[in-house]
Amino acid sequence: MKAVMVCSEGPDETLALGEMLAKWLRPGDTVNLVGDLGVGKTVLVKGIATGLGIDPATVTSPTFALIHEYTGSVPLYHFDAYRLKRPEEWEDLGYEEYLRGQGISVVEWGDLVQVYLPPQHLEIEIKRVTETKRQIWFRAVGQHFDLVIDELGRELSHAGLGDRYCYGNR
Amino acid sequence: MAEKQGLPEGPGALVLGIETSCDETAASVVRDGREILSNVIASQVDLHRLFGGVVPEIASRKHIELIMPVIDLALKKADTKPEALSAIAVTYGPGLVGALLVGLSAAKAMALALDCPLVGINHIEGHIYANVLQYPEVEPPLICLTVSGGHTDLLYIDEYGHYEILGRTRDDAAGEAFDKIARVMGLDYPGGPEIARMAVDGDPKAIDFPRGLMQADTYDFSFSGLKTAAINHIHTLEQRGEELPVADIAASLQAAIVDVLTNKTIAAAKAYGAKTVFLSGGVAANEGLRTQLDLLATAQGMRVYYPSPVLCTDNAAMIACAGYYRYRRGERSPWDLNAVPNLRLGET
Ligand SMILES: Nc1ncnc2c1ncn2[C@@H]1O[C@H](COP(=O)(O)OP(=O)(O)OP(=O)(O)O)[C@@H](O)[C@H]1O
Ligand SMILES: [Mg+2]
Repeated sequence: MKAVMVCSEGPDETLALGEMLAKWLRPGDTVNLVGDLGVGKTVLVKGIATGLGIDPATVTSPTFALIHEYTGSVPLYHFDAYRLKRPEEWEDLGYEEYLRGQGISVVEWGDLVQVYLPPQHLEIEIKRVTETKRQIWFRAVGQHFDLVIDELGRELSHAGLGDRYCYGNR
Repeated sequence: MAEKQGLPEGPGALVLGIETSCDETAASVVRDGREILSNVIASQVDLHRLFGGVVPEIASRKHIELIMPVIDLALKKADTKPEALSAIAVTYGPGLVGALLVGLSAAKAMALALDCPLVGINHIEGHIYANVLQYPEVEPPLICLTVSGGHTDLLYIDEYGHYEILGRTRDDAAGEAFDKIARVMGLDYPGGPEIARMAVDGDPKAIDFPRGLMQADTYDFSFSGLKTAAINHIHTLEQRGEELPVADIAASLQAAIVDVLTNKTIAAAKAYGAKTVFLSGGVAANEGLRTQLDLLATAQGMRVYYPSPVLCTDNAAMIACAGYYRYRRGERSPWDLNAVPNLRLGET
């Protein structure tokens, strides 16, 4: 599995990473965003949205609504499985309909509805290091996303991040 | 329920409201946008009895089974014939698409059959009208703060049926911050109301939690910084093996949220010259919020109104009421009105 890890030193860097990632996402792609409560998943989605030409101030937590839809250069479907009591409740959303659509799907807490995720997706895990530092792992689940990891890796290797960045094939 | 004095004699405009955006299947008949003739919610005892106590699991299927009996019961309780309706108001978003479609289909079928105007209502806007039902004597202009698990919206209402959005949250809703922090404290989701109860015994100054965007020149809100600060605080204490001062955390958390909400609301009321403030949404039940808003408003010669608990929960009376005012403004929804799961205020 191809993977890239970056250390983010603050919300602005996480936003910038999301924006960078957005360039490599294509219609129909699914991103699974995992990490503890309040770690920065929605912040990263704001970054992705920015990259798609969406005003990040309008991107809010979809925990209550389960899904927010945004119109950018490509439609952005922003899901959140946090408050589901049982994974089956996901079916009430008409989730497959969205996946068949021409948008990019980003799922916060996607690990809670793993069975409903397409076999090929990009997994992003955010880990808390300190109050403002985060480790952000990008992993290609299925070869379709190997290219995305390669491109991200290339771009980040030129960013002069030193040991705050690593790229690998495990 | 709505008071009856001051209302015109005889049958006014009767509006049927239908609401199926989430877990409740609800229908209501409201006269002249003020007087509730019936208000049926499917989780009520009478309907449990209707189904022998068995309520199906899956939300949309439950709605399908309940919608017609609920509408029939609402009309019967209101002693209203379908032909007497002036308009049918229905929630078309936000909510679960499957659930919304059940109410929407029923409303459209009835409206078509009866040749009766159809008015689509935004569920969040509906909540504002709980206040109108309860305080029929209050008139705009007014400022309305809607706070719930999913929303934090500050509106200027120049006349009923019309509003301007002044601010909203840029990340988490106020109620969401309550609920999520409650979970980190070991309470079941959504634990917001529980936090409010614990806050009574705590010191609101014990922990200085961040007040997002409080000083910023905007009516927008931000609560994710508070969420993360509170979580960090709790984790640090846990790592040190200290016992959580739950009451102090709850009180400090509530103080931070209430400070921001009340400050922006009063500032907006001043700026727009409104002497009336409406509070709506689930968090409107929070005592701390009510008390502080009352206090600040009174000092400015303003008055605050909030709905009773019955009208705070999802119900169709508020949808009928909102529908009445939109109907009176000449608004009609097209027959192909669709469900909009992520409908926001100010959007159609
Ligand atoms: N390096 C960082 N990257 C991202 N966010 C950070 C960072 N440092 C601090 N933060 C703060 O952490 C908070 C993250 O909140 P956010 O709502 O994005 O988390 P989340 O993972 O989506 O939470 P939830 O599980 O509730 O959905 C923000 O207030 C942000 O400013
Ligand atoms: Mg989030």
